[in-house]
Amino acid sequence: MNPPIVILGSGLAGISVARELRKLDKEVPLIMITADDGGFYSKPSLSNALAAGKTAPQLVLTARETLAAQLNVDIRAGSRVVRLLPGQHAIEMDSGRVEYSRLVLALGAQPIRLPIEGSGAADILAVNSLADYAAFRERLVDVKRVAILGGGLIGCEFANDLRLAGIAVDVFDLAPQALGRLLPTGAAEFFRARLEAAGVAFHFNTSIARVDRSEGGVILKDSQGKDFSADLVLSAVGLKPETELARAAGLKTNRGIVADKLLATSEPDVFAVGDCAEVQGLVLPFVLPIMQQARALAKTLAGTPAPVSYPAMPVVVKTPASPTVVCPPPAGAAGAWREEADPTGVRAMFEDAAGNPLGFALVGDSVKDKQALATQMPAWL
Amino acid sequence: MKQYQCIVCGYIYDESLGEPEHGIAPGTRWEDVPVDWCCPDCGVAKADFEMIAIESTP
Repeated sequence: MNPPIVILGSGLAGISVARELRKLDKEVPLIMITADDGGFYSKPSLSNALAAGKTAPQLVLTARETLAAQLNVDIRAGSRVVRLLPGQHAIEMDSGRVEYSRLVLALGAQPIRLPIEGSGAADILAVNSLADYAAFRERLVDVKRVAILGGGLIGCEFANDLRLAGIAVDVFDLAPQALGRLLPTGAAEFFRARLEAAGVAFHFNTSIARVDRSEGGVILKDSQGKDFSADLVLSAVGLKPETELARAAGLKTNRGIVADKLLATSEPDVFAVGDCAEVQGLVLPFVLPIMQQARALAKTLAGTPAPVSYPAMPVVVKTPASPTVVCPPPAGAAGAWREEADPTGVRAMFEDAAGNPLGFALVGDSVKDKQALATQMPAWL
Repeated sequence: MKQYQCIVCGYIYDESLGEPEHGIAPGTRWEDVPVDWCCPDCGVAKADFEMIAIESTP
């Protein structure tokens, strides 16, 4: 009998591959190895679960046992992989060796940690998993003021969520605006005003250099020497694809684990999906690309090689104070933003020299145009 | 009337409520929701929903 297909990781990427594969092949032996608990939860919910009153256990949509039975997959929870042995079609775990016919790396990404000095630096939280969220909820008891490092998508979602829960929020970012990688200036200005009206205090063009413990909380010092106080510090400055295992085993890595359109890495029978993967040069740590990858890879694993394709995939920013949807232009596309603003929102189109739309950003009421616009955008891959 | 849940984010589509903000009238059966409709919370496709419960209507 052939060795099983082995999936490393039980996040959205790993579980979606298993789910899609089972639609095509109910029998092929499947093992999923995860350092986590192995239950399925919605990671995008971590940054809007507080105001919804959801605890960590309540976020689990499918328990491990149920998932294992539904998908006919052997889930090895709480297991760490020590190294990949692609030459032997095997992996080494802390508990022994497992052989594979095909290996799927769905290892995710780790929060980037800024170099911050001070006695409180070690207490800075990042929320990137259900276990992190549980720790965050425990630490939030009696917290009145939270400092968030990073005014990108995750930082702003947490800021809005914390405000809805009645907690004061300061957001710090090096950029001159919120959602710096996503929004042009007019849309960003609308977004800032709406979140400020909801009580979020933004501090742009600055960064936090020190965090020191003080009585009952922490004191943050920014790069200009200004002091801020908080009870808790949340870091949301971005994610770094988890490439260590792959790199150590000699797989080609760049920003992520390098994969082609078949999600194949530089080693035979080893594939990469989700936040750890750099597919045709693109690292896209969002839900929709993962679903596209999982569908394509499942076909390949079931015996019909299928390259992944990406339609234009709008990103929804879950900030109820300012509904926001962004469909970024393809990486490196030449063009310029054209923005139309009114008191209810901003509609920004990214257009090439001939006026063809390549991307869009919608804030406020204009988010209703998302579907209609998305279909006009060129495919990404 | 039935309910369907987004397998990615947990959003629930309730046929009796529809999704009026996105042009789906209350009482719209799941099979009548357009195929290009997608989850208002996370954006995944209609195909990524599964039925979670059956509720009888009076």
